[in-house]
Amino acid sequence: MSSQVAPVEAHDHHDIRPIRKAAMWVFLGSECMFFGSMIATFLLYRNDTADGPGSEIFDIPFTSASSFVLLMSSLTMVLAHNSFEKRDGRGTRIWLAATALLGITFLAGQIYEFTEFVHKGLTLSTSPFGSSFFMLTGFHGAHVALGVVMLLAMVFLSLDGRLHEERGLNVELVGLYWHFVDIVWIVIFTVVYLLQV
Amino acid sequence: MVLDTNKDLAEPKGIWSWITTVDHKRIGLMYGVTALVAFFVAGLEALLIRLQLTTANGTVLSADAYNQLFTMHGLTMLLVVVMPVGAAFMNYFIPLHIGARDVAFPRANAFSYWLFLFSTIMLLSSFVLGGAPDGGWFGYAPLSTQLDEFVRMDYYAIGAQLLGIASIMASANFIATVFTMRAPGMTLMRIPVFTWMAVVVSFLLIFSLPIFGVGLFQMFFDRNFGTQFFGGGGDPLLWQHLFWLFGHPEVYVLILPAMGIVSEVFPTFSRKPLFGYPFVVFSGIAIGFMGFGVWAHHMYTAGLGPVAEAGFGVATMMIAVPTGVKIFNWIGTMWGGKVSFELPMMFAIGFVSLFVIGGLSGVLHSVVPSDYQQHDSYFVVAHFHYVLFGGGVFGYVAGAYYWYPKWTGRFLDQKLGQWHFWLMLIGFNLTFAPMHILGLNGMARRTYRYPEGLGWEFWNQVATFGSFLIGISFLFFAWNLIKSRKNGRIAGSDPWDGRTLEWSIPSPPPVHNFDEIPVVEHVDDFWHRKYATDEDGRAVRMPEVSGGTLAADTTTGGDGEENQGSSDDMHMPSPSYYPVVAAFGVMVTGYGLIYIPGGWVAAGVGLVITLWGFFGWSLEPVTRDADHE
Repeated sequence: MSSQVAPVEAHDHHDIRPIRKAAMWVFLGSECMFFGSMIATFLLYRNDTADGPGSEIFDIPFTSASSFVLLMSSLTMVLAHNSFEKRDGRGTRIWLAATALLGITFLAGQIYEFTEFVHKGLTLSTSPFGSSFFMLTGFHGAHVALGVVMLLAMVFLSLDGRLHEERGLNVELVGLYWHFVDIVWIVIFTVVYLLQV
Repeated sequence: MVLDTNKDLAEPKGIWSWITTVDHKRIGLMYGVTALVAFFVAGLEALLIRLQLTTANGTVLSADAYNQLFTMHGLTMLLVVVMPVGAAFMNYFIPLHIGARDVAFPRANAFSYWLFLFSTIMLLSSFVLGGAPDGGWFGYAPLSTQLDEFVRMDYYAIGAQLLGIASIMASANFIATVFTMRAPGMTLMRIPVFTWMAVVVSFLLIFSLPIFGVGLFQMFFDRNFGTQFFGGGGDPLLWQHLFWLFGHPEVYVLILPAMGIVSEVFPTFSRKPLFGYPFVVFSGIAIGFMGFGVWAHHMYTAGLGPVAEAGFGVATMMIAVPTGVKIFNWIGTMWGGKVSFELPMMFAIGFVSLFVIGGLSGVLHSVVPSDYQQHDSYFVVAHFHYVLFGGGVFGYVAGAYYWYPKWTGRFLDQKLGQWHFWLMLIGFNLTFAPMHILGLNGMARRTYRYPEGLGWEFWNQVATFGSFLIGISFLFFAWNLIKSRKNGRIAGSDPWDGRTLEWSIPSPPPVHNFDEIPVVEHVDDFWHRKYATDEDGRAVRMPEVSGGTLAADTTTGGDGEENQGSSDDMHMPSPSYYPVVAAFGVMVTGYGLIYIPGGWVAAGVGLVITLWGFFGWSLEPVTRDADHE
């Protein structure tokens, strides 16, 4: 037994990036279950409109446009990460800010949409359909808003030259989070808006 | 770079050093102490329940008080006692088992603890601030959505939510620690079984708690914003699905760390390696996976239809297979070993014996027609106390007797421990064995009194008598814990001739755990450093104990020059008060949400405090000298 040489893994204790990435992936796994439960709730209540407004009030062209905006923000996020890897501070800031701006645009669209729905008589308490719709899209919007805060925080940290790779927020972690939030929106857009069975 | 070792590595003192600590060992101990205090509170609640049920038409408690007490007993025992005790052991021993100096995120770890503590305080404060939750720990709608009781189930919705957030953070931390910070040579299949079970538990929590979280949000929204998830046009059954999708993995969260502990205890006190290490590990993983596919066996009487019921019934029976594998492996470990009946071993054997009884009555529940009969009867109460108390608590107490020498450097008192064990064993069986009979005779759970003439008085009196024996046994335990800390027999670094890495370092361990990060070559690596095998396969103690140089160094490191210049300089994370600040802010937000609309102000203030904590946290350097690099 002792002749067998133990595989020695390289452990550089100063490089904590993989550790944090592992934790971020685990957290996103948790988020999958979080959104999964809310999507399941929505599917259960999709037709329980209590004679109030149902899925016919969705404005598909409008939401398609705001979905496109959010998807484009994933592209700018990739560009931000790319600039960051090349240690291009200015490029990083520009693309981070662009990502945040696109996120804000999406949120503005969602606020507009919510206001419209409320005017048309669909609120949290109208029906199980309304409850589950607003809860699902609202929690998604909250995630986008949190992402925007993190993006802006990174822009300001970068201005001070305090954007470290190894501690605090870093571009890669926020990028993972941001892409995840986008992917969740693709599922929500498909299941909630497009799937009209 | 010269590191001021004395300043960084010496054990700090004083209350402030505990509040700001990021040391996984101190955090583990704080989890343990908090959980133990909560255990006494929840135990007291149980004794009141037992007093009420001693006689027919009991008059000790009102129906309202009874509802609050049984709800809080369950909630506290599960979320505030057994889970955090598991977290206490995990915090303390995951880094020691894998040869690391701390967990991956020491400050997040501190935050998890403080959030747990504050949520516990919040939950318990509900007794004096408008009434405790009274809809059962399962919180079924419509009991949970009744609004005439202003805040009670809001405490449940917010308190459990915050405990869940703390647990998710802790679990992500443990997973990152085990997967990225193992010592050289510590491959996954060389990790001690306890740490393996901790990984399985962490994954269970990561994937099950968010489901519960959604359910709790829905309950909270129903109560406060007029949504219709469970009431109105909604379906109360949705809550049951979400709850048990969390609730069933949760029972494995409670039991798996205890299984991990006895998997450490049996080999040590049988002086044999664990029989079938890979089987024990993989059956633990299998239990984890299958735990997600059996939730509806809690809902047989809800009317899911024969197909679903049959499917969940079969899945539930299947889960007995990996559990049985483990039990046979533990017996196989003892078989032919040199068994010594030290206290940890006695409790571990108690664990297996009682868990088998509880497991078998669990299989009875998996059979649908039989469960129709037993559902909501005391038979169920007997079952889950046999697995969670007879199993879980015996396992954790075994861990306490096993590892107390590592925490304090002293043994727990043998005589008091014997009293504890026998009183607890006898008291436990007197309390819960009669409940099988009561349940089969038709006594329903959650009813605050029963009429005369049903023949239930005798067994209820036996149960009450037993419950007080349990209470007394834990007074022995508490006294033992306090007394032995100063007066116990000196244990030394390796009192049980242990097998895993934690025994290779001084007791109590120094702040930085390992003077030098060990290089691992075997399962039970420390044992192999102490013993070789002769031709007949017998263990022979090696003349020169290679781990002994480490073990002998009981003065704790930090003063020696030899700490310097090793392959990794030590950067122990600095203390930080931001985790406490952030956790406190979250608690204030929680209180605010419970008392909305008036509480919105408090919620806003809490949010500001939380943000202050998080921003300070992410901008301060992890180690004092990090900025000089």
